[in-house]
Amino acid sequence: MERKKRDVWSVISVFFLLLFLLILIYPLFGILRQSVYSDQGELSLAQFTKFFSNPYYTITITNSAKVTLVVTLVTLLIGIPFSYFYSFYRLKGAKFLFVISILCCMSAPFIGAYSWIMLLGRSGVITQFLKNYLGIDIGNIYGFGGITLVQSLKLFPLVFIYMNGAFKNIDNSLMEASANMGCTGVKRFFRIVMNLSMPTILAAALIVFMRAIADFGTPLLIGEGYRTFPVEIYSQYLGENGTNHNFAAAISVIAILVTAVVFFFQKWATGKYKFSINSLHPVEKKKPKGIAGVLMYVYCYGLCAIAFLPQVYIIYLSFRNVNGMVFKDGFSLVNYETIISKKRLLLGRSITNTLYQSIAALAIIIIFAILIAYLVVRRRSMMNNTIDTMSMLPYIMPGSVIGIALIMSFGPAPFGLTGTMLIMILSMVIRRMPYTIRSATATLMQIPISTEEAAISLGSSKLKTFIKVTVPMMSSGILSGAVLSWVSIVTELSSSIMLYNNKTINLTMSTYIAISNGSYGPACAFASILTAVTTLVLVAYLAISKSEDIRM
Amino acid sequence: MSVNIRIQHALKKYGSNVIIPDLNLDIREGEFFTLLGPSGCGKTTLLRMIAGFNSIEGGDFYFNETRINDLDPSRRNIGMVFQNYAVFPHYSVRKNVEFGLTNKHMPKSQIHTQADRFLKLMQIDGLADRMPDRLSGGQQQRVALARALCIEPQVLLMDEPLSNLDAKLRVEMRTVIKHIQHDVGITTVYVTHDQEEAMAVSDRIAVMNGGVIQHVGTPKNLYQRPANLFVANFIGRSNQMQGKMVIENGQTMVVLPNGNKVAIHNVRPECAKEQDVIISLRPEELLLSRDASAGLIRAKVDDAVFLGLNTHYFVTMETGEEA
Ligand SMILES: Nc1ncnc2c1ncn2[C@@H]1O[C@H](COP(=O)(O)OP(=O)(O)O)[C@@H](O)[C@H]1O
Ligand SMILES: [Mg+2]
Repeated sequence: MERKKRDVWSVISVFFLLLFLLILIYPLFGILRQSVYSDQGELSLAQFTKFFSNPYYTITITNSAKVTLVVTLVTLLIGIPFSYFYSFYRLKGAKFLFVISILCCMSAPFIGAYSWIMLLGRSGVITQFLKNYLGIDIGNIYGFGGITLVQSLKLFPLVFIYMNGAFKNIDNSLMEASANMGCTGVKRFFRIVMNLSMPTILAAALIVFMRAIADFGTPLLIGEGYRTFPVEIYSQYLGENGTNHNFAAAISVIAILVTAVVFFFQKWATGKYKFSINSLHPVEKKKPKGIAGVLMYVYCYGLCAIAFLPQVYIIYLSFRNVNGMVFKDGFSLVNYETIISKKRLLLGRSITNTLYQSIAALAIIIIFAILIAYLVVRRRSMMNNTIDTMSMLPYIMPGSVIGIALIMSFGPAPFGLTGTMLIMILSMVIRRMPYTIRSATATLMQIPISTEEAAISLGSSKLKTFIKVTVPMMSSGILSGAVLSWVSIVTELSSSIMLYNNKTINLTMSTYIAISNGSYGPACAFASILTAVTTLVLVAYLAISKSEDIRM
Repeated sequence: MSVNIRIQHALKKYGSNVIIPDLNLDIREGEFFTLLGPSGCGKTTLLRMIAGFNSIEGGDFYFNETRINDLDPSRRNIGMVFQNYAVFPHYSVRKNVEFGLTNKHMPKSQIHTQADRFLKLMQIDGLADRMPDRLSGGQQQRVALARALCIEPQVLLMDEPLSNLDAKLRVEMRTVIKHIQHDVGITTVYVTHDQEEAMAVSDRIAVMNGGVIQHVGTPKNLYQRPANLFVANFIGRSNQMQGKMVIENGQTMVVLPNGNKVAIHNVRPECAKEQDVIISLRPEELLLSRDASAGLIRAKVDDAVFLGLNTHYFVTMETGEEA
């Protein structure tokens, strides 16, 4: 190892170590501490006993686990064929399919749920249509089925993006070699393509699992009797039927343990597929032919249409006349007028807050990610590895858990951050940071160190080299991550809902509140604005960036 | 501006793994000096110790009388050229070349003229405003060289600068490098594993193996008087035979496998004693002859490879050895 010299980077290491102790370890510890006090304030495991002895509570974990596993499977089942067709065949409008699927998975989590209720709920248009004209009763989509539908359609693009990367890396000669040995078609797909992509499939499965299990908005809106633990944590902490902070903390601890187990199981499983493929000749795309070709088109466009339907329908609804909870015939801008002029200028405040919070959070995340990537990649040491590991902690902490951890730790004196912008921004930084750090680290690892050494040998100081050479070379990788991070930050709900107040409310929160108040017209208007903003940013980004390399 | 480089008892370890045990080297002012050896022998490691990118576990490194062990790499005034060119991808050719000068607090106009001089020298003045992703490998290497020379360094270090180029360009570029080095007159340490390349460009070569220098000498000296079997085999081709050294009438003789004796006049006195020896012969020193008279070594030709200028014969000799 290099001999350690003290320099500005040692100071930065210490800074991050202390910062992460404060904003990650301390809140985590705070939750743990809260969870081991009984209702009477004595040190005990009473909260855990209460949880595990009552099926009313344990079912939230099993429910979450069940629905999340099914969602993960379904996303793989619909996402892998989609990606296969996309990567191995020259489909017309491929770029369009790509953009649509990105838009689907970047939409605010609960908007899909809300829109599906409008379509397929008790009084949904499709439900009513089928009942009144065709006499078919499709039952109800609330509960398990609804959550699965909404989450699968929202999350399958993640599988699609991951798998595209893997399929691009499969060398054409491998495909030809297997064809020479008489292995083609479906058999080749399973024996060669799937096997080679296994690490990526596992990675995609993990990210879908983590997103789905932590999702708060979907089960809250469409779950009804099907109770999952993020909702339970929320209602124990802020609920209407009496709150119990210690119990909420105990459920959070259990939730973290569950996600941690899944996380390490995935790492273990991935370890069994250690091989590196580097592709010199990417697979050449074929033209889809015959019946199979038609089916491919039907499948890909059909899937995108269904997944994108909720967003279109919300925008349509936002222009409809409305009276309280009921949509009336005819179109107008009344919903937009309501949120602009009434409600004490809610729209203006929401937009300003959204911009302020998301840009501040994004700037902090990017700076942190660049610095930490540099420490981890170029300055290997015990301390920097510790920082790296700590920075990954939020990955296994569901958003609602982060929310209550922050409010429990930084709400009381001496911090007193309840209801401040700072705590909102902090939660956004913590939630999104691990992803950006991963992508920055991966970017920096691909940059040969000799370019930086060349700068130093030309008399440039370490700091100047970092700013003038390292950072610009990382920038393209960082930028693509940043756009997606920004959209995720803007649509963040599960921790903000614990932390926001009327002063710090943002677009996503306003949408959610309008939905839960039953003011459906304004809700649709808010949701449409949110959708429009994120769509614009994403489309602009996808148009400018030539590559389809997107890291989540 | 050029310096001589003195390395005394250099020691390099990675963890407990000793890469260079104890290395001494004197590189003269203004010479083109090459570190040659098989891959993994520690050439890059040694070069990076000189540049300051590797820690030095022991020994002393001097530029002239200045000990540089603890001097920061950015203060060593070194020009460096890398195997992968390491051209800054986000700067134009001109900005790449000017980069080192901007660290020297020079007036802008002077930077410009200085950069122009080296762009011309490397014949890339026509590409000054191009971005690196639109340059060929050879052009990128010219940019890297111009950039390194532009700061008028004391020492030029090059680590396998040609190995990413195709064969034809490699030959062309090595001539360019040799001429430029000669014109600028800068002390140069060049690393390669290609012995032909080393012979073509160097004033002197150090052959390394396993972190140890085997032989330092001019290309001619290395070829004709290799210090040991490793050098003999690494530089060019050579054939080995078992033989004996005998002394008859105060004359040192070597007995060939077939019993013939040859007088050798340039044996070092301390080695001139009766002993088994290995005889190393360059292929061009063996002549094929159809004359079956005594005294010659009989052999059977197994294979012949025609290479234009000469032909390589693979033969089995009566003693069973192959050449
Ligand atoms: N950073 C490192 N850590 C550990 N071992 C290294 C490192 N860099 C090089 N080595 C080892 O040092 C030896 C010499 O490497 P190097 O100097 O790169 O050889 P070469 O002569 O091919 O340039 C090799 O055995 C290599 O494995
Ligand atoms: Mg090397």
